Amino acid sequence: MKGLQRLGRIGLESLEGMGRSALFLLYTLYGIVQAPYKLRPVLRQIQVIGSGSFLVIFVTGAFVGMVLGLQGYYTLSKYGSASALGAAVALSLIRELGPVLTALMVIGRTGSAMCAELGIMRISEQIDALDCMAINPYRYLVSPKLIAGLLSVPLLTAVFNLVGIFGGYMVGVVLLHGNSGAYMASIRSSLTVVDLKMCFVKSVCFAFLLVWICAEHGFWVNRRPWGFGAEGVSRATTSAVVVSSVSVLVADYVITSLMM
Amino acid sequence: MTQSQYCIRLIDIHKSFGSQAVLRGVDLDIERGATTVICGESGQGKSVLLKHILGLVRPDRGQVLVEGEDISRLKGAALSHLRTRFGVLFQGVALFDSMTVFDNIALPLRERSRLPEKEVEKKVSAALQMMDLEGSADKFPAQLSGGMKKRVGLARALQLEPDILLFDEPTTGLDPVKSHDVYRLFFETRRRLGYTSIIVSHDIPKIFNLADKIAILHQGKVRACMAPEELQRSRDPFVRDFMVRVMGSAHSSRDEFVKSNGKCDEKI
Repeated sequence: MKGLQRLGRIGLESLEGMGRSALFLLYTLYGIVQAPYKLRPVLRQIQVIGSGSFLVIFVTGAFVGMVLGLQGYYTLSKYGSASALGAAVALSLIRELGPVLTALMVIGRTGSAMCAELGIMRISEQIDALDCMAINPYRYLVSPKLIAGLLSVPLLTAVFNLVGIFGGYMVGVVLLHGNSGAYMASIRSSLTVVDLKMCFVKSVCFAFLLVWICAEHGFWVNRRPWGFGAEGVSRATTSAVVVSSVSVLVADYVITSLMM
Repeated sequence: MTQSQYCIRLIDIHKSFGSQAVLRGVDLDIERGATTVICGESGQGKSVLLKHILGLVRPDRGQVLVEGEDISRLKGAALSHLRTRFGVLFQGVALFDSMTVFDNIALPLRERSRLPEKEVEKKVSAALQMMDLEGSADKFPAQLSGGMKKRVGLARALQLEPDILLFDEPTTGLDPVKSHDVYRLFFETRRRLGYTSIIVSHDIPKIFNLADKIAILHQGKVRACMAPEELQRSRDPFVRDFMVRVMGSAHSSRDEFVKSNGKCDEKI
């Protein structure tokens, strides 16, 4: 009987959590379309999410491209297809690694900070203070983050892809003396608009997911079972990173299967 | 239409968190233009009651009527509109720690009014001057003392010229001098702006000098709500017991209180 009660409670709590998340998203989306429109908070968030993540995306993209170039060159050489290295690197990056790794890096760097920031604002009553001043906290705090995420993550993904392709070129062509023309030609011949479209759709969806999940975890830190206070914020941040990372990987599979 | 004598009426408010019943039928009327102090022991639900008035917490049962409208049933624009009548000084002040003092005070003006930036600057500068914070405009909340934070919070709460101001333990954690400063500013601003105020406080007997009514919250109910003078003369065993516990037996009568504290009728 107790087991059944516990099961029921878990079910109800899960439903409540899902409802809360859905409402959070609706209020945030409504905050985007609600006048007056203010550009400054969005620009500030673009600076935090976009410019702030640029260096880490640049370095990660370069090394991922270099590893792909290295692995790809030796593997393809075995089958006499080293000339297809450019296509292998570019397609791996644009279809999969670019959007996924960019999203994971942004989650680690910005998503966790977003969750912690909103969590601290919640426990120190700053969000309640906004409510009391009749300032919509969704519109003021979360909507600019969502807009900035939707603009920044696709651009960061593009940077990751470009730098990665260049990294693959540096290793496959400059370091291992592969054919420069073949590298570029294989990219041109294999890359299609569908690949670019898939990359864009993925990066937009991942941005949407990561801001939604990370911001919601922080915003409603007081409604979660792990409690109120510093430990609650710390556990919410860990959970936000784990849940958003897993969600990105699940969404990656779903989008790939739908667009292939 | 004539305005009602009461701007806020709490009717049979019940609230539980899990299995813990915090409020068990609170009835309280807040008089327009008056200062009502809610006191009681820790954990009696005083701050929860304040959050009900603000519409931050919804009661399980009962009504919270603010200017005749049940705030617990309002949502969206209607709730926001009603909340523009409130100013709040939270227990932890709730200043935005990533903003300077100036930006904290300017926030309600920038977000809720259509004043040009020059007007905002003028109003914030006047508020800084009134609160003796002229040199602190560019400081962040972490660089301020507890008393200064409270003053910034009060300045922010007053920016939209609210009709009703709520204070959640305004002097907690402050030394007697800083507490006096906060009360002095409260008294000055109240005299100037004439707002209705609700104060949750433990600062007894000092707070009695400011109060028009004292409400004692005990075991989830308002057990007494009367003027400080009446409270000190009351023969109700609960009230007498409360007065003895919080003020000592010597202060359980008003005459003794006046003897040891000087003038009582004159507000701070």
